[in-house]
Formats: sequence, C-alpha cells, structure tokens
Amino acid sequence: MRFVDEFRDADKARALSTQITALAEPGRHYKFMEVCGGHTHTIYKHGLEDYLPESVQLVHGPGCPVCVIPMGRVDDAIAIAKQPDVIMTTFGDMMRVPGGNGSFFDANAAGTDIRMVYSPLDALKVARANPDKRVVFMAIGFETTAPSTAMTVLRAKAEGLENFSIFCNHVTIIPAIKAILDSPDLRLDGFIGPGHVSTVIGCRPYEFITTAYDKPLVCAGFEPLDILQSVYMLMNQLREGRRDVENQYSRVVPWDGNPKALQVIAEVMELRPYFEWRGLGFISQSALRVREEYAAFDAERIFDVPGVRVADPKACQCGEVLKGVLKPWECKVFGTACTPETPIGTCMVSSEGACAAYYNFGRFTRDRITIPLEPVTT
Amino acid sequence: MTTGQMDHQTEDLHQPPQSDRERQVLDRIEKARKRKPKVREELVTLAHGAGGKASRTLIEAVFVDAFRNPTLEQLEDGASLEVGGARLALTTDSFVVSPLFFPGGNIGDLAVNGTVNDLAMCGAKPLYLSSGFVIEEGFPVANLQRIVASMAAAATTAGVQIVTGDTKVVQRGKGDGCFINTSGVGVLDRPLTLSAGSVQPGDVVIVSGPIGEHGITVLLARGDLDIDADLESDTAPLHELTAGLLDAVGDRVRCLRDATRGGVATICNEVASASGVAIHLDEAAVPVEPVVTGACELLGIDPLYVACEGRMVAVVEAAAADDALVALRRHPLGGRAALIGRVQADPPGIVLLKTAFGGTRIVDLLVGDPLPRIC
Amino acid sequence: MCLGIPGEIIEVVAETPDLARVNVVGARRLVNIGLLEGETIEPGDWILIHVGFALSKIDESEAQAALEFLEGIGQAYEEELAAMRASSLN
Repeated sequence: MRFVDEFRDADKARALSTQITALAEPGRHYKFMEVCGGHTHTIYKHGLEDYLPESVQLVHGPGCPVCVIPMGRVDDAIAIAKQPDVIMTTFGDMMRVPGGNGSFFDANAAGTDIRMVYSPLDALKVARANPDKRVVFMAIGFETTAPSTAMTVLRAKAEGLENFSIFCNHVTIIPAIKAILDSPDLRLDGFIGPGHVSTVIGCRPYEFITTAYDKPLVCAGFEPLDILQSVYMLMNQLREGRRDVENQYSRVVPWDGNPKALQVIAEVMELRPYFEWRGLGFISQSALRVREEYAAFDAERIFDVPGVRVADPKACQCGEVLKGVLKPWECKVFGTACTPETPIGTCMVSSEGACAAYYNFGRFTRDRITIPLEPVTT
Repeated sequence: MTTGQMDHQTEDLHQPPQSDRERQVLDRIEKARKRKPKVREELVTLAHGAGGKASRTLIEAVFVDAFRNPTLEQLEDGASLEVGGARLALTTDSFVVSPLFFPGGNIGDLAVNGTVNDLAMCGAKPLYLSSGFVIEEGFPVANLQRIVASMAAAATTAGVQIVTGDTKVVQRGKGDGCFINTSGVGVLDRPLTLSAGSVQPGDVVIVSGPIGEHGITVLLARGDLDIDADLESDTAPLHELTAGLLDAVGDRVRCLRDATRGGVATICNEVASASGVAIHLDEAAVPVEPVVTGACELLGIDPLYVACEGRMVAVVEAAAADDALVALRRHPLGGRAALIGRVQADPPGIVLLKTAFGGTRIVDLLVGDPLPRIC
Repeated sequence: MCLGIPGEIIEVVAETPDLARVNVVGARRLVNIGLLEGETIEPGDWILIHVGFALSKIDESEAQAALEFLEGIGQAYEEELAAMRASSLN
C-alpha cells in the first residue's frame, strides 16, 4: 500500500532506533506525550516501544475523542434513541462505551435502533431512506472529524432534509493539551503532536507550547516510522537546545491547515462556553455545538435531553490515564474489574483508548529489540 | 543546552522497580482471566454471537453449565462419538448471513460447506447432512430455489447427501428472509484424535490460504459501506484438502480448525488456551490479498479476525511442517498454504504477533465482532 | 477517530464534482472531496480519506523527501554496520 508500507519498514526502524539511542544523554530520562489516541493505537499495534531505549518513555495523552465523553452524554444519546421513531447513527467505537445504565449495545438489546455507520454521509443515506423516522448522527471527534460533520449538515440543508440532526460532541484539541501542560502532576519533555487534527487546524496553534511552556512539539504521521522519526526529531531538538513546532507529517499536513474545513466548521458550529471532559473536568471553550442558524439540525434543540451529570464510578481512574499520570496497568482495576469485556471506563473501550491498546496489544513482558552495535556518537 | 530535567515523581524506595510492578499486574490479570465465566448481562446482545470472548462466556456459563457432559466440555468443532463400535463425528451449525446472496456464493453454499468443514476438522469423512430452514413469510420461492440448488451442488462436490430436513415459516418481520441450520455426521475412519488441547511447544501453525476474503466480501455486499471491490467469498469444502494432509502427515497433526467467525486470531487463541501454550505468529508470513488489506485499512479492521469459509488452520509437529505444506499446496484450495507461527511454552495461553514492523504485540480474543452476521 | 488512509483518485464524478471515486489497493469508494475546494483534483492524485471525506491532498514531493530522509538514515546505519564489521575483522 503506497504511502503506508514504506513507513512500516523494519530496517529503517532499526536505523532510527540507533540514532535515537545515540541522542539520549546518559543518565537522563525522556518523557514524550503522544496526544492522539490514533498514535497510541499505532504504537501498541506495531510494537513500536520495542525500538526505543529504556530511557525514552512515551506517555499516553487525552486525544481519544471517545474516551473523553462523560457517561452522562452517553445516557443523553440513549435517551434520544429511545424517543419514538428515532434511528441513532454512530461510529462503531461508541457502541460499547458504558453510560450510567449500559452502552448503546445494551440499549439495542432493550429495543432502541442505534446503527453503526462509517461516515456521517451514511447517516444522511439512512435519513433519505427512512423519511418517516428521525435520524440522529452522534457526532464525535476532534477537529479532524468536525468538518465532515459540518459538510454533512450543509448537505442536509441543501437537500431540504427535515428528518436529520446531529448530537454534537465534537471537542477541540488545544484546550486538552493546555490542561496537560497546566497539570502539576506531570513532567514532559515534549509532544508527539496530533496528525490528522493538524491537517485541519495546521501547525501554528501549537506555537504557544514552545514559547509559553518551553517544550518542543512534532506533528506526527500515523505509521510507525512516522512516530519513530518524530521521537528522533524531538530528541534532536532537545540536543540542540531548540523548542520548535516541526511537521514530520508534511506529506499530509499543510502548515496553514485546511481553510475550507475551518470555514465549514465555523459556518455550522460554535464553541460552547464550557464542556465536561471525562477525567479532565470542565474545560472552557473546548467543545462545539450547533449554531442557532442550523437549529433544525441540532438534536439537543429538537429532543428532550436529560443533561444529567453522571459521576464516574469510584473505581475508575480514566482521568489519570488520560492525563498521562497513570499508565494503564497502574490503574487499580485494570485487567481485573475493568476489561474489554466488562469495561468500567472509556479508555478500555475505544480502539484508541490507552487501556484498550495496552490490554489488547501490549499486555506481556517485552524484550527490547537488540541493536547489534554500540550507539554511534556523532 | 539545557541541563537534564529529572522527574519530580520520585520512586517509592519501598516499592519494587517498575518492571517488576508491571509484571505483578500482568500476573494478577492472568489470574482474573482464568476465573469461571459469568454472564453479567440480562439480555443477549450481538456480542454474544460473535465467536469471541462474550460468546465463549455465554457458551460456558449457560450451555455447558446446563448440558454438562465430557464430550461437550471439549468444545471442539464437532463431537467425537463411539456408537456400536463405529467412531462417528457429529456437528451442527446455523447460518444467519446477511445478505443471503453475495459474490462467490450464498447462504446455501455456506450451510453445506460449513458443516462439511467442521466434520473434516475432526478428521472425519463427511457423509450425511440434515438441513433445517426457518423461512420468513413473503420470501420469494425463486430465491429459495436458488439457495437449495446451491446446496445440492455443494453437497455433490463435497460427496455428502442431505438426507433429512425440516421447514418452518414464521410471520413477516420475524425471520429476516431465511435462516438455515445444518447438522452433519461423518465417520472417523482414521486412527487419530485431533484436539486443540494436544498442542505442544515446538509445533508449527499453518494456514491453508489467504485470509479474510469471506468476511470482507459479505460486509461489502451489504452495501452500507459503498465500498466496491473485486473480491469473492472463499467458501469451499475442505474435506479433500484435509484428507490429503492427513494422508501425508496424519499422525503428526495436532489439530485442525476452520477459520470462520473470529478468524485466524480466534482459533490461535482457542488453541493456546486449550493447550496452555503460547503461539508466536509472524505477521509478514500471513497471506492476505491486497484488496482485503485495503478494505480492512479503510475500515480499521484487523484481517486476522475476519471470517473465512474455506480456509483452515493446522497445527502440526515441527518435523512434519515441510511435508504438510507440500501436501496442502498440491491441492487447488491450498496453493498458498503458509507457515505463520510457532508454538512455545511461554507465556501460556497467549498469542503474540511479531509485526511486519519488527515489534511485538498480543493478539487477544475480541469481545464482539467487527463484522456481524457474516456466516 | 484518527483513522485516515491514503487513497488514489480514479475519477472525479462529472455530474457531482464534490465526489470522487478513490482506490485503496483494490477497495473502491466514493469520497466527498468538498473540503479540498480550491485544489485541482485529478485521477492519479493521492488524498487522505477520513470517514468518507478527503481531508488533504497528499504532497508527493514531501512524501518523497520524507522517504529520502529515512533512506538517508538507513544508509548511514548500513554504512556504520559495514564499517564496524570491517573494523572487527582487523
């Protein structure tokens, strides 16, 4: 597969690994946070940590949009789905996220019609095919996905569809990163920056991290070599005493982002004054809702949404995992009470959740890949 | 050049080092996984039908618990029985695939081949099938005839006869077209017992051909995804392929499994768990057609978990590996047979994958199924 | 959610210029290219696909540069390996 296989090459990985080891100062430990859940997934799926020296650690960040959805919002979505003639559509990941009273899967077993779709456009198809039903799309994701949702609403409006709306749970990445930076519990040396979010927002929004917080950030692609190269670039910056935003994923990410995508988001959506993030609490200006002009497509205005705040179960430590303070296996209920089959929290359910990634891919004693030579000192 | 920034989190001097703590957690998790399964849900969900963890829990906690007997508890693809001195294999399978017709076949082909294959995986020669139909009111008779014609053709190819059956019709809306159950009887005419519990460290894992074709074909045929690809179901009877393999290396074959719901990954987990061994798979060695890879990448699905309906996994003694591959490759259905993994002692019950990238990760059972109603 | 995959444009649908047919090693799908307004999209171009939309046009020269960098690192590594092996024979 072009643009994929070349970035999974094991020989180049060994070469990068040697270079990273060479850049590591003896006695010093490095902690880099990968923000995106997609990066966490790649790291575990390909066994990437096997290529990093012991002194370089990756910390998992909160960039998993399913993981940060509070239980109360899941309940709200189910409440909408339970209303007469509603078909709820959603990405597959949301199906098993536990709310206060079970997941979408459980709700279906009890009679709701919640369907998996691959694209918001598929939800439109369902709406066209079922004019007597009210079709709701559960819109989740960071800025990567918000433009697609917005385009879909614009299309629905252009077609004059009257039975389609979205339940908007889009969140924005910068406030999440800022919450990490402001957290007293964590010392980080740099960030493996968002990849696909950056295709929309560009690289400039991260500049405050280098100036106000004095940490480097490298926007990274999602193939394992992309991530390894980004670690190499971060190590290089530290070695050279630089603090810059760099774009490793330049084949896909334009420095200025995608103006059309930003424009459609702004057309259809606006920032909420605040929004609750699971584990991170209430963050201001961190999520999107549908603008007044598009009220006809806003499920929160059309339907009665309970809006009850549900506290996470006492045992759940998703918050600390999302902030990178705890590794998945350090959570007290990891693997025992909280498993993919019986999840307590979202980190264990989403394909991008750190706990799911560690449980499904990483849960064994690993041997680092031995590079046969001494590191090269340049 | 900045001076080193040390962690402000100091290690608790009384705690064991991090890697030991992690190991303790992993041990605790393994103990938890061995606990007797309990069904916590009050309602059956789609996950219970997926062939993964939830299915297993339901089977063990509800069915095995109620029907308890030594034959059932082995949970092989078919039951090996002694009746009046003859050794027979008995199996059953139900088919709920949607859509009913797809490139490469239809529910009828699956219904015959699926049961023939379960018998073949026991090492039996498939002989007789039953077929039970549950048909929805309003289902076109012409479609029924197409399905039945396929079953007749598949039965002839497989050398079996459909000797008894049953037909029920349910009201419109209660049956989604047509469901089929087939049961099959075969004769265990070889002096061997194949079992997932007999695998030893040193054995090798072989797959008979490229994976994932059936599952992806059916998923795309549903039409919801609007993905179009030149791909067909791999549904096929494996009785000749297995006969050829058993003729060549029969006494050195540990077990055979057809890779249906849950794919190769699920089979490897079942074997690792039944025998208390580890299976180390090599991603680069697993044959997958590019179009299956492409569709899986688009959808975020791992081909290792995608159902096949004409592929099997064979675990054989290492010394028999070459002969096994030669025997499989001699047959048109086994032309791309490949050695994809090795059995080791540690860590027991776990399947590890060396990725094409060179790192290692676990391949666990899924809870649900990325692809519902594939077979 | 981050799932984005590179695909090759096979055709832009004339009646609906917002839609293009894309090929990912043999799996083909219609993708909405409305977010790439302002860019010329032609058969043979590569785009990043995310939930049925094209988010970005892949810059082949940047991709090439990225691969060359990796080749370079790989090359340096191979040369070091060779040098080390040669020196260890002395």
